[in-house]
Parts: sequence; structure tokens; C-alpha cells
Amino acid sequence: MPSEIRSDAVVQFRNVSKVYDDEGLRVTAVKGVTFDIPRNRFAMIVGPSGSGKTTLLNLVGCIDTPTTGQLSVCGQDVGRLTDNAIADFRSRNIAFVFQNFNLLPVLTAYENVEYPLMLLGTSGPDRRRQTMAMLESVGLVEQKDHRPNQLSGGQKQRVAIARALVKKPSLVLADEPTANLDTRTGAEIIALMHKVQEEHSVSFVFSTHDPQLISHADETFVIRDGELAEHRAGGSN
Amino acid sequence: MLFKIAVRNIRRNGRRSVVTLLAIAIGAISMVLFGEFAAYIKTALETNAVEKVGHLTVFRAGYFDYGAGNPAAFGIDNYRHIMRMLQEDPQIKPKLNVITPTVSLTGIAGNFSIDTSKTFLGTGYVPSDRDLLLRWDQHGVMSRRVRPPSGLSDRDESLGIVGLGLARVLGLCEPLKLAGCPPRPLPAVANVAPPDATITAMSRIDAADVAPAATGPRLDLLAATASGAPNVLSLFVSRAEPQGARELDENVILMNFGLAQKLLYGRAEPKATAIVLQLHQTSDMGSVRTRLEQLFQEKHLDLEVRNFADREPFYKQAVGMFGAIFLFIANIVGVIVLFTVVNTMGMSVVERTNEIGTARAMGVRRSGIRRLFIVEGAILGALGATVGVGMAQLIAILFNRTGATWTPPGQAARVPLEVMTSEVGGLLLGIWVGLVVLATMAAAFPANRAARLKVVDALRHV
Repeated sequence: MPSEIRSDAVVQFRNVSKVYDDEGLRVTAVKGVTFDIPRNRFAMIVGPSGSGKTTLLNLVGCIDTPTTGQLSVCGQDVGRLTDNAIADFRSRNIAFVFQNFNLLPVLTAYENVEYPLMLLGTSGPDRRRQTMAMLESVGLVEQKDHRPNQLSGGQKQRVAIARALVKKPSLVLADEPTANLDTRTGAEIIALMHKVQEEHSVSFVFSTHDPQLISHADETFVIRDGELAEHRAGGSN
Repeated sequence: MLFKIAVRNIRRNGRRSVVTLLAIAIGAISMVLFGEFAAYIKTALETNAVEKVGHLTVFRAGYFDYGAGNPAAFGIDNYRHIMRMLQEDPQIKPKLNVITPTVSLTGIAGNFSIDTSKTFLGTGYVPSDRDLLLRWDQHGVMSRRVRPPSGLSDRDESLGIVGLGLARVLGLCEPLKLAGCPPRPLPAVANVAPPDATITAMSRIDAADVAPAATGPRLDLLAATASGAPNVLSLFVSRAEPQGARELDENVILMNFGLAQKLLYGRAEPKATAIVLQLHQTSDMGSVRTRLEQLFQEKHLDLEVRNFADREPFYKQAVGMFGAIFLFIANIVGVIVLFTVVNTMGMSVVERTNEIGTARAMGVRRSGIRRLFIVEGAILGALGATVGVGMAQLIAILFNRTGATWTPPGQAARVPLEVMTSEVGGLLLGIWVGLVVLATMAAAFPANRAARLKVVDALRHV
């Protein structure tokens, strides 16, 4: 069921399909979807396992490419970009928060947060100021010199959020960000993301099963069998 | 940050990194020690050759290829004038240590007190010049060698030195008090060849002219003069010395330049068959040779120049052989380092696939991932090579203090067994750079694999 086209969209799917060819076995993960994800919202892509929601998130994150159709992210037709240009585009505009946190284990919390700024070539003093500000905003200044293995799950996800937001991206993609956290910590992380979303005016796109997280959605896109089955404002059913 | 991540990743897999470092370090140690040993051998051979025949030798054109058959015919006219010209040349003078004439000749040496004779290869030196030649030790490799007395004298031209083998053959073991000579068997009477009648007769005539100051056993030397006439002179053997190879040991006689001239030229104008130039530094050999050839061309002198490697073919052969062995060892070390680093970095790529995906998702380009693993390989190579080179130097210094000796192939006497620890900066740097480059290149294979990973697949990797 295609949604209406919105001019303030941060992501625009136009008849986008994704087909995987696994040793001759063709699997269609996304079937010609057309919809927009509005800017500066908490958008959820929900659906059962294997429905194609992670594939959609990967396409939005420009870490996978559509087989057919046109995909525009932050106003850029990403299908036309070279590999290096896509990497640079990700570096500037997109940030990820992963289910397993995916912090670089050899870097401290501070260095993990600082890393995206280094990729952008931010100068040393600016980098230090922004990194510390972000660690402060997620409440981890005291743990800044800790390596990921010295942090709890909730702290790791806070670092991941700080790392995602420090470069002021247009779009933050979060794949099951609360799946590996207990209920209380999950709630804290959701509240934190809400807070930074409001503070920084960032678009969040989640792929999730978590009803607690879904309840915070501004927009919900229900995916079933690779198609957009439903789009509704808000997170409740 | 790249360097920091690389170093921390190396430390993260401590045991594996240590094994890799050890493989590189052991490779470096084996290459450095053998390289330093080969360098020592090369330098010792160079020093031996330069002591004996100088760096460069000036011959009459054609002498080097054909002169052995008739050395008298290839004598250098006006050799004193030519030597003076070379000594005074502003380009040659500052680089010159010794310039001296020599005479080479062949003939028959006889000890008629026991009716024995033997062909010989003779060289006549100016004794004081030869002493200077023998003092050359640019690289300091002969510092532990005990120098025997000269054996030749400027004041007494009848004194000479013979090879150990020749002394044995001519029955000089007892008079020269040589150790290790087997008892001389008495030949069957029927098989005893009569002594050369000419030598016997001429030596009896010549005996009257023998300088009374001469000491040591006497030999009578017969050689053909430039005009073809036989000439006999007496030589008093001051000592016998090993010549390195048996063929030389049984043939060599070193004598005074004046005596050699008299033997070869008789009453004719005395000449030299060669002018030997010893330089302060071997590195000047090329420029001096070029200058010599230029001078000879300008002055229309029918002379040619040969270096010590031309005159001592064993030097070239030994250097070539040690070079080949070094290359062989370097190849084996190279293959071991290559496989070790490829294996280590390959495992690292597999273990860090998820991190690679994360970094790529954050915007790191493929080249950034490639660079990270290549830098890790380079750091492993640099650390391993540094440890290896340092350890090898330490081992080499300790080994040199043991005072070990050995008898090299073709040598008659034991010599110090050392590895060269100075003047090997180029070798050490070459090995260090080679290993770092190799480790870097080896890391490039897994680095490429890491860079080519699809971000989605890498992030999915568990």
C-alpha cells in the first residue's frame, strides 16, 4: 500500500526492489515499495522476522543498493553514487546505532565518539569539544577512558548513540537498539534518543520489534513479505 | 588514529602478534648473522688480496692474458718514470697508499744438497714496499692476526720466502724447523732422476758469488732471461709461509725485486712486469682506474689496468658463492615471513569482519580499511625486524668475543672466525627495509580482502 509522497521527506522510496541471488536462488526481500519517511521524526519500520525491514534499513543507510527503483536519502539519489562517494555520503549524513552496539573494542568510549569526527576531518580542538559535549549529553564523561569491555550494555549503547550523533547527521538508523538491553535500560535508551532527537532535530529510523520502542514512534511503517503493508502516524496499533 | 588503532589491534592479539614478531625476528637474525659472516669473509678476502696484489695493477698490454708464457717479453719499459708520473698525478696522489714495481717469473728451484729440484712461480717485491702493502687493513679485520717477520730485506737481496709445500718438496723442513713435515722417503735408486745438469753446473759457478751475509738454506733458481739464455742465482730461504692453496704452496717463491730482475733480465735493461698500486680506500678503486686508463691513453702508453678481483679469481668466486647462499636464505626467510604475516592478518580480518563493517558503515572508504591492515603489517614487520636486527647485533658481538677460529676452504692455517659488526649499516638497513616491505606486501593480500567485504555481509558476520 503506497503512502502519499511528501516533500519534507528525508528518505524517498520509489518502486524500490531488492533481490538477493544466493548461489542461483533468487530471494526478493523488498518488492517495489514506494513511500517517504518524513524528516525529524521518530520513524519505525516494523514487521515480523524476514519481512524485509532490515533490508529496508540497510538500503536507507546506503550500505546496500536497490536492485531496481529509485532511492533518495537526504535529497541525494544514492543509486548514482560511486563506492567512495557513498562512503563519504554516509560519513557526513548517516549514523547507525546497532543492536550489538558495534563499538570498536580497541578504542575508549571517548575515542569511539571522536572517530566519526576524525573521518570528517574536524580539527583537534573542535573534535575534543564536540566529543566531550556529546559524552556529557549521554552521561558518560566519567567513563570516557573506559574500553567497551569495561562498560555495561546500557553504557555501550549510550556511547553508540553519542558516536552516532556527534557528527550531527541528518539521519540516524537504529536496528533493534533495545534488543540486547533489559527493560529498564531499554527505556532509558529510548528516552535518551528522544531527548537528543528533540535537541538536535535529527531524523531517526528504527527497525524494531520492541513494543516499548514502537510506542514512541511518530510514524510507523509496517512491512510484510517485502511490501509496505501499512503506514500510520504514531506508534500505537 | 589509524596508527593508534593498528597498534592496539596488534596488542589485542598478543600471543599471535608475538609469534609473528618472533618469526620475523628469527628471520632477521639468520639473515643478519649470515650477512655479517659473508661480509666478514668478503672483507677478509679483499684484505688478503689487496695486501698481496694491491688494488690495481698496471701491466704491459697483453701481459695479463699471455704474459705467463714469457714474462720477460712483457716487461714495462721506463717503469720508474711511469711510477713517478702516477705518484705525482693530483687525482691519484691523495688516494695512493703504496706504489711499487714487481717482477713475476717462472723457473726451476733446486736444492742440490739433496739433489732435488722443482718448478716455481716467483714474484719479486721491493721488501719495504711489500711490508707496507701487508699493513693495509682498511676494515680492521686483521687486527687479531699475528704478522710473521717480513722474510725479505732491502739490504740483502738474496733472501727469499718459499711456500710451505715447496719447502717440504725441496727438503727444507729440517733447516727451516718446519713443524708437521712427514719424514722424507728415500727414493729407489733406479728411479732417481739426475739433477738438472745445467743447474748443477751453473750453481757451482754461481756459488762463488754468494753474499756471505745471507743466512738460511740455499736454493738455486734457474730462469730463462728475455734473450732466452739460462740464468742461475742463489736464494737463501729466510722462512716458509702458507699460501692458502696447495697448488700455490708447492710453487711460490717470493724474492727481492732486484734478484728477480737479475734472474729475468740478466745483464739487459731491467724492467718490471707490473706496477702495483694500493689505495687507502677500496671505494676509490673505480675512479683511480678510470684516471689511469685516461693517462695511459693520453700518453700513448701500451699499458692495461687490472683490479685485485681480476687477479684473484677466488675472491670473485667466493663473493658470488656467499651472495648466492645469502639470497637462498633471504628467499626462505621471505617465504616464511610472507606466510606468517598473511596468516596472521588473514585471521585478524576474519575476527574483525564485524568491526570492518561498522567502520565502513560509519563512512570509512575501502582504501581506509586497506590502509589499516597494511599499516598493521608494516608495524609487525618493523617491530620484528627491529628486534631481529638488534638481537643479531648482540649475538654477533658476543660471538666475536669468543675468539673462535676456523680453517676456510683452500686455506692452510686457522684464521679468526668472526662476523662483521661494523661497516654493515647498509646490510642491516637493507634487511630491515626488506622485511618491513615484505610484511607490508604480505598484509596487502588480507587487507584487500577486508576492503572488498560488503558492508552488509560484514555487519552480519558473527
